[in-house]
Amino acid sequence: MNAKVTTIRTAAETALIERFPALMARLPGPAGPREQALATFMASGLPNRRVEAWKYTDLRAAMREAAPAAPKPDAAQTTVALKGNSPLAGQGVVTLSFVNGYHVGTEGTVPSGVTIVPLAEALGSGHPLLARMGTLALAQGDTALALNTAFMTDGAVIHVAAGAEVDGPIALRFVTAGPSAIATAARVLMVVEAGAKVLLVESHEGQGKLAHQTNTAVEIIAGDGADVQHVRLGLNSEGAVALSTLTADLGSATSLTSVNVALTGAMVRHQVYARFSGGDARAQINGATLLQGQQHADSTLVVEHAAEPGGESRELFRTIIDDEASGVFQGKIIVQPHAQKTDGRMASNAVLLSQGAAMYNKPELEIFADDVACAHGATCGALDDELLFYLMSRGISKAEAESLMIESFVGAAIDDIAHEAIRDVLHGLVQEWLKVRAARINAGAGV
Amino acid sequence: MLEINNLHVKIADEDKVILRSLTLKVAKGEVAAIMGPNGSGKSTLSYVIAGKPDYEVTDGEVLLDGVNILGMAPDERAAAGLFLAFQYPMEIPGVATMTFLKAAMNAQRKQRGQAELTTPEFIKRVNAAADLLGIPKDMLRRPLNVGFSGGEKKRMEILQMTLLEPKMSVMDETDSGLDIDALKIVAEGVNARRDPEHAFLVITHYQRLLDYIKPDTVHVMSRGRIVKTGGPELALELEANGYRDYQSAA
Repeated sequence: MNAKVTTIRTAAETALIERFPALMARLPGPAGPREQALATFMASGLPNRRVEAWKYTDLRAAMREAAPAAPKPDAAQTTVALKGNSPLAGQGVVTLSFVNGYHVGTEGTVPSGVTIVPLAEALGSGHPLLARMGTLALAQGDTALALNTAFMTDGAVIHVAAGAEVDGPIALRFVTAGPSAIATAARVLMVVEAGAKVLLVESHEGQGKLAHQTNTAVEIIAGDGADVQHVRLGLNSEGAVALSTLTADLGSATSLTSVNVALTGAMVRHQVYARFSGGDARAQINGATLLQGQQHADSTLVVEHAAEPGGESRELFRTIIDDEASGVFQGKIIVQPHAQKTDGRMASNAVLLSQGAAMYNKPELEIFADDVACAHGATCGALDDELLFYLMSRGISKAEAESLMIESFVGAAIDDIAHEAIRDVLHGLVQEWLKVRAARINAGAGV
Repeated sequence: MLEINNLHVKIADEDKVILRSLTLKVAKGEVAAIMGPNGSGKSTLSYVIAGKPDYEVTDGEVLLDGVNILGMAPDERAAAGLFLAFQYPMEIPGVATMTFLKAAMNAQRKQRGQAELTTPEFIKRVNAAADLLGIPKDMLRRPLNVGFSGGEKKRMEILQMTLLEPKMSVMDETDSGLDIDALKIVAEGVNARRDPEHAFLVITHYQRLLDYIKPDTVHVMSRGRIVKTGGPELALELEANGYRDYQSAA
């Protein structure tokens, strides 16, 4: 057959492709990887419902137009953008701030054993660690990641020396701000050498209702015996289309804990690609998502056990959906033929708070080894009426009773964060979300 | 205090009628017991008084101090001074017992127009009540009722009753699942609150509980209505003869 399929590009796709040559001239680093990534994007276009991995999150529909690429902010714009207080302010021993995808400052002290180079600088100087960027085969071909690679403006290259026990979190604060919607692309590569221990915290913040299009990617490469904790907080602008990707390449006997808390944004998608490259590693990958209004949030996860012993993976995703919002969980655990003794357990639990709320759960197991224990569970339901009645019979209002139940429900996904102060901040944000909801309900009931 | 007139109740969305023309009065300061066989509607009565949404009241009224509470939400009834000790208290994973107790006490205070308790005052009250009921402190640090034994759950119910200070307490088979020591502790918790201002409606299968909580009145319930009312001697008679006479009479 020589039937030729001609894809008609959308306005957004055309705009992204057409802006590339001009941007290339000013973006740092070698052209090769960017061109290759753009070619990947050109082959697929913006993913839509016909693409299995994007079946429930139609990016093409969400991005009818491509927002213009954000220019580097000047000093005045930076000051304005950073004015609001970050919920995680003061948590990092060192905090790198980014405005619209550009590094604008570093506060605090870089802990010993750690080196941090802004990505633009690293790309410009041909930093040796960049050879390890984009090397996780599991994530190859991913459109969001390809777009990030093609258009990344800045970010960070973080190196943690072998055996270093980093005292206190390394914090990255990404703020998107401006008078109109813009597109940003930031990239972080963190290489953690053998036996080192580190906590990386990223927050993504945006004010107002603008439909910013943000795309961030964090790559973690963990050497044998490393202990990596990762926390991501999504507080994008209300109208944002926010894509984020975490890749993790885990050496032998490593431990990874990653918790993503998503609260705002019109359409957000967080992707995790984790590969157990060394034997006997452990990963705990969690998500806590609270949605209201017309929000849509997607958590997509691929975990590959590719060594023997296959290690232990635990995934816990908790989603609260109110109003007309919708949530997606797609989780896949792959166990390669030689990854015997793999122990994988994945759970996605959603609570729907309204008639119009929707949740799409798609757990998948691909097991090619014969001596493994793998399980998945996906649940979707309303809050338990019996529990609500019990709490209300003690005088607690319906809204507050629901808040107590919701907080404990999503809190389970947050509680795996070992850092107490950061855990408390995230619990506080959940409580804040619930307070706003309770006030809304009480105001409605009073009418 | 509590006055139930001609109450008819069916399960919501079903035709099954559970209470029919039930009439009952509990005066201020009175301890009334309801005894009856399985399936006579005792638990349903307690749930309807507390406002559980699974039931539909087709006729009648439930008055608390002269006010019909049937239109009130469960939390409003609690604020009005009603308390239900559950037969099967709920386990609520993730909600710390202390958090729950504080939320409940402050919610009721708020509804009554009182200021929230300070944390030291709250802790003082909880500790005093817990000591009285022999509730160890580590139980208070655990999620509410999660992993508690049957007896511990019932004691936690009495702890809540003590802290929330209701004027009308309905106790749904609080004796079920209790050993004799726990039963005594629970009874002491009730007796400590017995005075001319408070009233109790104690629902039970067995006479045993009534050895420790002496009722003023005993009602026999069968097939959804009160079929006989008498003094404490009625409970002894039931213990000796069973419910057979009343089941056929109803």
